Amino acid sequence: MAVDASSAGPALRGARRNLSAFFWRRPWLKVTALLGPPLAWLVLIYLAALVALLISGFWTSDFFTGKIVHDWTLENFKQIFSLSDTTYLRIAWTTIWMAAAVTVTDAILAFPIAYYMARIARPRTRALLFVLVLLPLWSSYIVRVYAWRVILQENGILNWALHGVGLPDANLAFTNTSMWIVFSYVWLPFMILPVFAALERIPDNYLEASADLGARGFRTFRSVILPLALPGLVAGSIFTFSLTLGDYLTPVLIGGANAQFIGNVVFNNVGVANNVPFAAAYAVLPVLVIALYLAIARKLGAFEAL
Amino acid sequence: METRRLRIGLVAWTVFIVAFLWVPLLVICTYAFNKSNIQDWPPAGLSTKWFGTAWDNPDVRDAFVLSVKAGVGATAFAVVFGTLLAFGLQRFHFFGRDVISFLFILPIALPGIVTGMALNRFYDVAGVGLSVWTIVIGHATFCMVIVFNNVVARLRRTSPSLIEASQDLGADGWQTFRFVTWPTIATSLVAGGLLAFALSFDEVIVTYFTAGSNNTLPLIIFGYIREGLRLPVVNVIVLAVLLLTVVPVVVSVRLARDTGVLRQR
Repeated sequence: MAVDASSAGPALRGARRNLSAFFWRRPWLKVTALLGPPLAWLVLIYLAALVALLISGFWTSDFFTGKIVHDWTLENFKQIFSLSDTTYLRIAWTTIWMAAAVTVTDAILAFPIAYYMARIARPRTRALLFVLVLLPLWSSYIVRVYAWRVILQENGILNWALHGVGLPDANLAFTNTSMWIVFSYVWLPFMILPVFAALERIPDNYLEASADLGARGFRTFRSVILPLALPGLVAGSIFTFSLTLGDYLTPVLIGGANAQFIGNVVFNNVGVANNVPFAAAYAVLPVLVIALYLAIARKLGAFEAL
Repeated sequence: METRRLRIGLVAWTVFIVAFLWVPLLVICTYAFNKSNIQDWPPAGLSTKWFGTAWDNPDVRDAFVLSVKAGVGATAFAVVFGTLLAFGLQRFHFFGRDVISFLFILPIALPGIVTGMALNRFYDVAGVGLSVWTIVIGHATFCMVIVFNNVVARLRRTSPSLIEASQDLGADGWQTFRFVTWPTIATSLVAGGLLAFALSFDEVIVTYFTAGSNNTLPLIIFGYIREGLRLPVVNVIVLAVLLLTVVPVVVSVRLARDTGVLRQR
C-alpha cells in the first residue's frame, strides 16, 4: 500500500475516500452504475432487434424489386400458419422433430461419458477428458460440419472404410440421416459438459445411503442419480434443441438441395428469394417454440445448472 | 460402487465418444496436405503447395483481417460489459435480478437464426449500413455472456471477507479494487476474453445477416464450399482456423483454473 500512498497526493486520496464513501452509502447507485451499461445494450440493441424482427414480419416485399413495403398485413403469418397449404407448418414440424431427435441422441451419447468423467476417472484423466470435450465445442462449427461433408461424400472416408471391411456404400450424403448424425455430432459437447457438472455435484454419501437402504445399481440410478442429473440434462438439451432449431449450415451443406428446415428457408428468403419480411415472420416461429421449451426447463430447475 | 463390467463398458463408451469427437477433425486436418484438388479418400499424395495458394489469395487475406478486427472489437465490448454485469449481479441482490440474468442468456439461448435475423431487421429499421461495426455489435451481444460466466464463476469462489479485511485495514474503494479485487479476477477476464474471441472468430449464423457484402473468414469458407470452389484452399483455411481457435481455448482453460492471489493449494 505504501507505493500507492506515495504516488497519490493527500488531496486526491481524500477525494477518492469521499467518493468510496458516497457509493458505499448508496448501494443502489452502485448497482445502477454497474448494470446500467450492459442492460442498456441489451434493451436498446437486442430487445429492440427482436421487436424489429416482429414488426418486419407484418410487412411485405415487392415481388419484382424485392423492396420492403411498409404496409401492415397479416399475409406472412397467414401463409406460415395456413391449414390449407401446410408447407411451412410441415417444415417447422420436421425441424422440431429433428431438434428433438438430436437432443435425445445427444443425451444418450453424453450420459455415460459424463458419468465416467464425473465419478470414476482420476483427476488427471478427468482434466484431460474435459479438454478433449471442450476443444471440439469451441473449435469452428463450420469446419466441423464441412469435415462431415467430406467424410460422407461418395468417395469419402466412410465409404472407403466400409469397402475395406467388405460392406457396400452407405450413400448417406444429402439425406436426413446424415443431418441427424452431423447435428448430433456438432452439439454433443454442449450436452456432455452440463451433465458432467450435474453428476460431479452429487455427494458420494447419497449413493452410499441408497446402497445401505438396499437399492441395487439400477434402482440407485433411477431414483438418485437420474433425478439429480436431470437439471444438467435439461440445461444441455436447451443448447442442442435451440441450436438445431436455428441452424442453416447443416441443412445447406449436409442436407443438400432438398432439405427444408426453418433455418435454410429463412436463409433462402433473405438471399435468393429476397423476401425479407417473410423470413422475419418465419424466424418468429422458433422464438415461440423456444419460449415454450424454456418455460418447461425453468419448471424442471435447469437454470441453476447453467 | 460400480461393477467391473459396468466400468469396462463406461471406459469403452468414453473412448468411442472421444474418437467420435476427434476423428472428423483429424480427417479434415489431413486434407490440408492433400496434393490433388480432388477430395477423395485416401488422398493421392501429400503436399504443402496449397498453403502458398491460400496465402496469395487476396480475398482470403481480407477476410482474415476482417475476422480478426471483428473478434478484437467484440471481445473488447464483451469484456467490459460482461464484467460490469458479473459484478452487478453477483454482489447485489435485488428485485428482478433473476429476470435480468435470464434476459442476458437470451442471445445464446435463442436459435442463431433468430438473433441474426433480428439484428438484420434492427440495422435496417435504424438505417445503419452493414459494416465491421454491425458485426462487432452482433458478436458482442452473445460474447458478453461468455465473459460474464467466467467472471461470475471466479467471484463466487472469492470470499467477500477479503474485501472486508481490506476495508478494515483502511483501504479506500479504489485501493481495495486495485490490490484485492483486480488480482483475483484478472485471469478470469483474460480467460473469458479468449473464449469470446474464439467464439466471434468462427461464428457464421449471425454473422451472415450482419455482415452485408463483407466476408469474414468463416463466411468465405461457407461461400466456397457451397459453390464447390477452391476446395484445396478451403482445406488450408480450415486447418488455420482450427489452430487459431484451439490456442486461445487451451490458454483460457489453464487461466480459468488459476485463482490469482487466492492460490492456496
